[in-house]
Amino acid sequence: MRLGPQPRELIDRSQRVLFTFDGRAAGGYTGDTIGSALYASGQRVFSRSFKYHRPRGLLCCSGHCPNCLMTVDSVPNVRVCVEPIRAGAVVEPQNVWGSLDRDALAVTDKIGGPFTPVGFYYRTMIRPRFMWPLYEKVLRNLAGLGKVDERHHGHSRYDVEHRRARVLVVGGGQSGRAAALAAATRGPGVVLVDEGMRLRGAELEGVEVLAPARALGIWEGGLVPVDAGGVLYRFRAERIVVATGALEQPLVFPGNDLVGVMLPDGVRRLIRDFAIRPASRAVVLASDDDALEVADELREAGVAVPRVVDLRTAPLGRIEAKGRRGRVSAAVLDGRAVECDLVVASAGRQPSYSLLAQAGARVEYEPSRGIFVPAELPAGFEALGAVTGEGCATVHPLRSSGARNGDKSFVCVCEDVTTKDVDRAIAEGFDSIELSKRYTTVTMGPCQGKLCQLASIRLYARTTGVSEATVGTTTARPPWAPVELGLLAGPHHEPARRSSIHFRHEEAGATIQWAGPWKRPYAYGEHPEDEVRAVHESLGVIDVSTLGKILVEGPQAVELLERLYPNRFGDMKPGRIRYGVITSDGGRIMDDGTIARLADDLFYVTTTSTGADAVTAWFEWWNAVWGYDAEIVNVTGALAAVNLAGPRAREALSRLVDDPDDVAGDAFRYLDAKELDVAGVPCLALRIGFVGELGYELHFASPAGEHLWDRLVAEGAWPFGLEPQRVLRLEKAHIIVGQDTDSESNLLSAGMSWLPKLEKDDFVGKLAVEHVARREEVERLVGFTMEEDVVPAEGAQVVIEGRPGGRVTSARRSEAVGAVIGLAWLPPERCEDGTRFEIRVDRRTVGARVRHGAFYDASGARMRA
Amino acid sequence: MSFLLPCPHCGPRPVDEYACFGEVTTRPAGESPSLRDLTEYVYFRDNVAGVQREWWQHRDGCGEWFLAERDTRTNEVLSISEPEPAPPV
Ligand code: FES
Ligand SMILES: [Zn+2]
Repeated sequence: MRLGPQPRELIDRSQRVLFTFDGRAAGGYTGDTIGSALYASGQRVFSRSFKYHRPRGLLCCSGHCPNCLMTVDSVPNVRVCVEPIRAGAVVEPQNVWGSLDRDALAVTDKIGGPFTPVGFYYRTMIRPRFMWPLYEKVLRNLAGLGKVDERHHGHSRYDVEHRRARVLVVGGGQSGRAAALAAATRGPGVVLVDEGMRLRGAELEGVEVLAPARALGIWEGGLVPVDAGGVLYRFRAERIVVATGALEQPLVFPGNDLVGVMLPDGVRRLIRDFAIRPASRAVVLASDDDALEVADELREAGVAVPRVVDLRTAPLGRIEAKGRRGRVSAAVLDGRAVECDLVVASAGRQPSYSLLAQAGARVEYEPSRGIFVPAELPAGFEALGAVTGEGCATVHPLRSSGARNGDKSFVCVCEDVTTKDVDRAIAEGFDSIELSKRYTTVTMGPCQGKLCQLASIRLYARTTGVSEATVGTTTARPPWAPVELGLLAGPHHEPARRSSIHFRHEEAGATIQWAGPWKRPYAYGEHPEDEVRAVHESLGVIDVSTLGKILVEGPQAVELLERLYPNRFGDMKPGRIRYGVITSDGGRIMDDGTIARLADDLFYVTTTSTGADAVTAWFEWWNAVWGYDAEIVNVTGALAAVNLAGPRAREALSRLVDDPDDVAGDAFRYLDAKELDVAGVPCLALRIGFVGELGYELHFASPAGEHLWDRLVAEGAWPFGLEPQRVLRLEKAHIIVGQDTDSESNLLSAGMSWLPKLEKDDFVGKLAVEHVARREEVERLVGFTMEEDVVPAEGAQVVIEGRPGGRVTSARRSEAVGAVIGLAWLPPERCEDGTRFEIRVDRRTVGARVRHGAFYDASGARMRA
Repeated sequence: MSFLLPCPHCGPRPVDEYACFGEVTTRPAGESPSLRDLTEYVYFRDNVAGVQREWWQHRDGCGEWFLAERDTRTNEVLSISEPEPAPPV
């Protein structure tokens, strides 16, 4: 069915391209689209409609309607009429039960299916509620557009790029190209975006041409995302020229969706671009000169054209298309049947103004020409060509009057909405166009109103007896063209942070888990308790590189820190460490860590593993508010850290330093900070006791991570993971901010009343602490031991006299204590040491007793050893 | 939100590079404010439909903290300024 060579054809007849369609071999030429190749090989039915499963064929052949949506290489909803052919592509029809030509569900068209009434969803999804899941299941199968292939992960690379342009031209028709070229003479930075195939690879002097590519919308601030196939460009331009042209509007008449009813531009494309003879007998219903030309082009292509009607002049009242098995067999014009297999019909052209409307342009109705035109463009925008209304006009698209018993007249082919549906919506009181849009879903389908907005407004105006200007348009919202969700989501990132020692943990067989943004070892073996025992009895080492590490330096570093923390720092000697807690002005505990004074004006602050970024931002913000002369530098990633802990820690360390006297008990005391070379690596060593034994936290340059780790392990240190560390810290009743505390917790209720120095003039959270001190205490965080050997879940309910009275935040079995221990929030009157209460564990309650102080080594002798 | 925001160092950049720390508030000064004043300061914001002074950080850029006057209705940024240094002690 190909014609002889056409002057402007896009196909290369020397290059056959083979693909599969619906399981069978199919083919075309380079330059074809999948749709044109299928059409040339005789395929006429391209899809089944959304609700009624009516057969549908090419309507616009320019990527605007829903009629040719298919699944191509597992990507659903591809418009094959504009999708370039590619060798080996696997093309499947969608929304079909059976085959395209014989769809079992087409009965819904004849007898009325579940969707027949407009507003079906609103009528059905009411009662009984338990039916909803069933409805949903059935509906998902009946309706809808395409299926996501859940096993398919091939087409998963999407990129997002931020771009600037001086002038961005949307639309590569004559006016768009001319504007781009003119702008290019005035300087660089001109980009032209066009959705068609014709400009693919085209060269315009000084213009970057993106084609085929689609501008998806215009957002606030003149942001124009452009889908360039696998890449999303987020454009910002100083000037945006919209030359999106005009859209041919379908006529609305009974049978207007039959296969073989087409818009003139689509027919022209088949002939001109792809050298296809579209039919053997055609009736042309024209509303502009372009469509009349198409009649000539059809004749030239050897198509018989028994009837051409110019709707602008001919007083044609009634049009109807008759079909056999869904395909056009005749056009009935004012009662006279003309046999044909193609009806070329349009109501004329309507400016394609949606992008401008999104940008904030007002849209006005022009009754003399029957079109909506953009008016009052926002600053920085320009409209050119047909989008301004130039050369546009439409005749009244509704041609179905009096067709009581005829076929359906579709206002919206995407959503299968007929004139009857709209009439019914109006009768039911949905008498504003915005309400009707939501009720009937007209304009909400894949064409986004391109082919149905005008007709629905005019139908509304006619039925309600008001003017089109009064009816107005519905709000144009992005995306203007359909887009793959993957493109909007952008490249798939799941960033994980790993310490420089991480692969040693993997080699040692550690179980790795997420800890905030980090991947960390949970434990190295099956038995975390063995790792706990190693720390208590001998020596352990844990990778704590994940701790946040911040340097605060400057003449006013002390002032800044004293105002950020409830603690005092001015009285600290260089080389000493203090535990600190950050609270908000509302009194909430935000983070905790250690603060080491390295010099008069230099402090080294550690934060929790998840808190580094937030604490850095918090420091910087307050410093900006107060304007102190202090610098804040987040060095978390630059430094690795390990905690060497256990009774043998000093002995092991002394073998790795130059002078063992440097780490002797009185030379390196508890809460001292010291610079030390350990195994040849310059370290900042902090003597602290988070895990309750003699311990040294070594902070050093990340690249030395594996080296130092290996040396410590060689000295007999057992690697221990997060889980043993949780047990160890709980034995010392050390809290974890965010686990044992929440947004309601404050310093006093969390048992840290010793910490805030209220005599200071100011610190963040001071006012709240003072207020809390005056107010009646609500609850308190205390330790407890279980009476039985069961571990309550975190969050387990505390039961007091049969009623809920608090909650457990942490609980673990401790070998060293010989009991299950934990932390819980209790009413203050229940917090005496030894008070009994109950905890709900697995549907029963188990007794527990309040325990003050650390569970293990209450005097702290071991960590001070 | 997709507007451009000028950074004092880097010039106009997409807003997604920044972190907004909300409108500028006044911490209650002096000795123990009333509970009402404290609550007002901690929890309440004016949330005006109009021009608002707010804190911004060029988080994914140079890291600078600055103040901006922004019209919350249009996202037009009327001015930006760097915070004042502390008066000498
Ligand atoms: S026929 Fe392909 S989008 Fe209309
Ligand atoms: Zn910046």
